[in-house]
Amino acid sequence: MSVKKFMYVNRKAPYGTIYALESLEVVLIGAAFDQDVSLAFIGDGVYQLTKGQNTEAIGQKNFSPTYSALGDYDVNKIYVEKESLEERGLTLDDLQHLVWEDEDDDWAEKDSIRLVSRAELADVLDEQDIILSF
Amino acid sequence: MALLHTVNKSPFESNTFDTCLGLAKDGSTILLIEDGVYAATTGHSVAEKIKNASGISFAVLGPDLQARGLEGKLADGIKVVDYEGFVTLVTEHDAVQSWL
Amino acid sequence: MKISIQVNEGPYQHEASDTAYQFTKAALAAGHEIFRVFFYHDGVNNATRLAVPPQDDRNISAQWSELAKENNLDMVVCIAAAQRRGIMDPDEAKRQGLDADNIAEGFRISGLGQLIEAGIESDRLVVFGD
Repeated sequence: MSVKKFMYVNRKAPYGTIYALESLEVVLIGAAFDQDVSLAFIGDGVYQLTKGQNTEAIGQKNFSPTYSALGDYDVNKIYVEKESLEERGLTLDDLQHLVWEDEDDDWAEKDSIRLVSRAELADVLDEQDIILSF
Repeated sequence: MALLHTVNKSPFESNTFDTCLGLAKDGSTILLIEDGVYAATTGHSVAEKIKNASGISFAVLGPDLQARGLEGKLADGIKVVDYEGFVTLVTEHDAVQSWL
Repeated sequence: MKISIQVNEGPYQHEASDTAYQFTKAALAAGHEIFRVFFYHDGVNNATRLAVPPQDDRNISAQWSELAKENNLDMVVCIAAAQRRGIMDPDEAKRQGLDADNIAEGFRISGLGQLIEAGIESDRLVVFGD
């Protein structure tokens, strides 16, 4: 099977609607297909990655810990648009610290999140074969 | 590589159109569909943005424009396509990004 | 060209399923192959055969069923999204111990892998949603 560049574009905040959760479910299943996978978090999508989420009182499952497991699935190209964070008064410190272990580099722990400008993200989008939007 | 972008939200209700415009590279096409067609009319600030984005091609889905009674308000420089034209745009570009 | 379609919204509430349907019809008429139509999120609700819209309105799920029959379309409903929302085929209803199923003709329930496979196998994937 050929390897394609798959991009998951996330533009919606979690919990208010189900898109974020069901998008994550696709990413997890898709990881088994050995494609070249990237995730982009744009606009309100950046809210999916905030740390300290606690959903107990709203009666929904807190699925935010799943993002930190993505590295184990070889999903380690997570693009966060810098302008989207800034517009929302957020910095990288407000987001979960997502890492993966590089097997080609003696299992060194590396950051999964790549903070990119709008222009850089436009270039990344432009390279994709398949873009799944949620 | 050139992408086809689709936008299906009114620019007056959501920032989807602006997000798309910010991430669309020169040579790509933005197709306005469903409530996105409101961006394709004249007499508002969004029309200026479209006019100034000279490296990007704009198209609008005619059936959605007609349904909303706005065919006569179409801004210059925006190509009207039907569903067959939508399919052609998909095949002419390398990939499709739907700005949902 | 080989094209796949993803539908993320249910019928009537949103135009997405209508646009996806018109697009699919036009692509078939232009001689393209539709590899698969994949229904996700509330899009799985397009697969109920129990909707009864007013007579002067279109019947969206029946339209899809008819298009599938005429063109041998592969229409897949995501199983996880379908279970959440109560879209059941006879096997799944039985397995869950439910007293009824509701899937319309031409739709089949399967896993999310079918969406990824559609992306791999198709030249283009077009997503319709909110």
